[in-house]
Amino acid sequence: MADLTSLYSKKVLDHFYHPRNVGEMKNPDGVGTVGNPVCGDVMRLFIKVEKKNGEEYVSEAKFQTLGCGAAIATSSMATEMIKGQPLKEAVKLTNKAITEALGGLPKNKIHCSVLAAEAVKKAVADYRRKSSK
Amino acid sequence: MRKVYLDYAATTPVRPEVVSAMAPYWTEKFGNPSSIHTWGREAREVIEQARASIAASLGAEPEEIIFTSSITTSDNLAVAGVINALPQKRGHLVTTQIEHHAILDLFKSLEKQGFEVTYLPVDKNGLVDLEILRQSLRPETILVSIMFANNEVGTIQPIAEIGDLVKEVSEELNREILFHTDAATVMEYLPVKVKELKVDLLSFGPHKFGGPKGVGVLYIKKGVKLAPLTFGGHHEQGLWPGTEPTPLIVGTAAALELAAKERETAVVRVKKLRDRLIAGVLEKIPDTRLTGDEVKRLPNMASFIFKGVEGEAVLLRLDAEGIAASSGSACTSGDLRPSHVLLAMGIPAEEAHGSVRFSLGRETTSEDIDYVLEKLPEIIKILREITPNLCLTEEA
Repeated sequence: MADLTSLYSKKVLDHFYHPRNVGEMKNPDGVGTVGNPVCGDVMRLFIKVEKKNGEEYVSEAKFQTLGCGAAIATSSMATEMIKGQPLKEAVKLTNKAITEALGGLPKNKIHCSVLAAEAVKKAVADYRRKSSK
Repeated sequence: MRKVYLDYAATTPVRPEVVSAMAPYWTEKFGNPSSIHTWGREAREVIEQARASIAASLGAEPEEIIFTSSITTSDNLAVAGVINALPQKRGHLVTTQIEHHAILDLFKSLEKQGFEVTYLPVDKNGLVDLEILRQSLRPETILVSIMFANNEVGTIQPIAEIGDLVKEVSEELNREILFHTDAATVMEYLPVKVKELKVDLLSFGPHKFGGPKGVGVLYIKKGVKLAPLTFGGHHEQGLWPGTEPTPLIVGTAAALELAAKERETAVVRVKKLRDRLIAGVLEKIPDTRLTGDEVKRLPNMASFIFKGVEGEAVLLRLDAEGIAASSGSACTSGDLRPSHVLLAMGIPAEEAHGSVRFSLGRETTSEDIDYVLEKLPEIIKILREITPNLCLTEEA
């Protein structure tokens, strides 16, 4: 069988076929929803935030995504990358870092990594809004 | 792992009989058909035999058949060839919103060059409305190009009725409006007789029905004036210059002869399998619908929309199970918009992203259909579990 890696990297395929941290989170501390069904991509990223030594960090991250292989893989990778990270680090996650962690993405799929990074930022912003109330 | 190829509308395997028919013309009988020596003459002879055989099958004359390099080339030569032969470089053209890009992109380019183009709408099943077509025709209309059957959903247009209509309006206007059809998808399953269809130009290619890639056919009714797009020789009446690919032309005739001979049994066989696939998919997978006309459709095509999933993700998971299909989703095209065909049929973009096309063929078996019906429901279920709940419950 011809190798699918001509289409996607091994890492992308791994995260697509075996997505990590899938599902809706009960009582999340922050939720970020990005994309729109008309464009074919919708990502929802959920986080739970805890405090350790006075610093906030992402204790749990989950996602739900409607989209192509790259959309699912970038969401999965984003949750892996922010889990256990201090919040101030997690919010800095860039689409470039996600793309690199996945071993690259085809040019026309870079927008998926942009969405995933945006979803993280929105989830953190949602948490901050809620926690400042 | 079982391998199930259900993408015959993309391309088909070359039939062994066709491979045998082509075999001598690669190494032994390799001559240039334009040469006057024995090698050249034997190549010329089989090319002309192939042309005559194809012409007979279409109910045409051999001199009305020319060979090009692909179906796309035949489409381009048909339309742009007519345009190039015009004394004036303006006028009105008619096509549909659901054509293959071989036609659509060409018409867009002609629009930029100053031609006016009407892109006819289609109904929810993908059918052109003849009354709207009639109203679109006017004294400056040069040509109408309407595909025989759609490559994404399989809907078959009433080509003979359209041919009659174009001729009727031509008579009323007292000037000839030409009619071209892209018959790429239909040659294996529908009888194609150019006189009955009242077409002036018709394009197809053998790789869609058990023949080789790299060759296309264009029927040009006697008297229809075309001017070439490329230059370099007398070949194919000067309309498609370049040394003729003898083996591919021989393979085209062989594939068409086989297809014509087996057509009736092939239709019955493939339709039975296809209908079982459709019934099974609709029964086993909720929130799924069939696209295209239920009756006026190619017997080998089954296209679906699965709500709450994206087509490319389905294709990747099908591929992992050894199943080949195709999708009109944006993610498979490199464009952010989903299939223009589905959008023209009034299917909302958010649903069109979840389209998957299965196209059956000669080698499809009942076990293949069982296998798809076993794997597909699970694949859709897994993907829907990843989908945000809001996309499954809310109407966007």
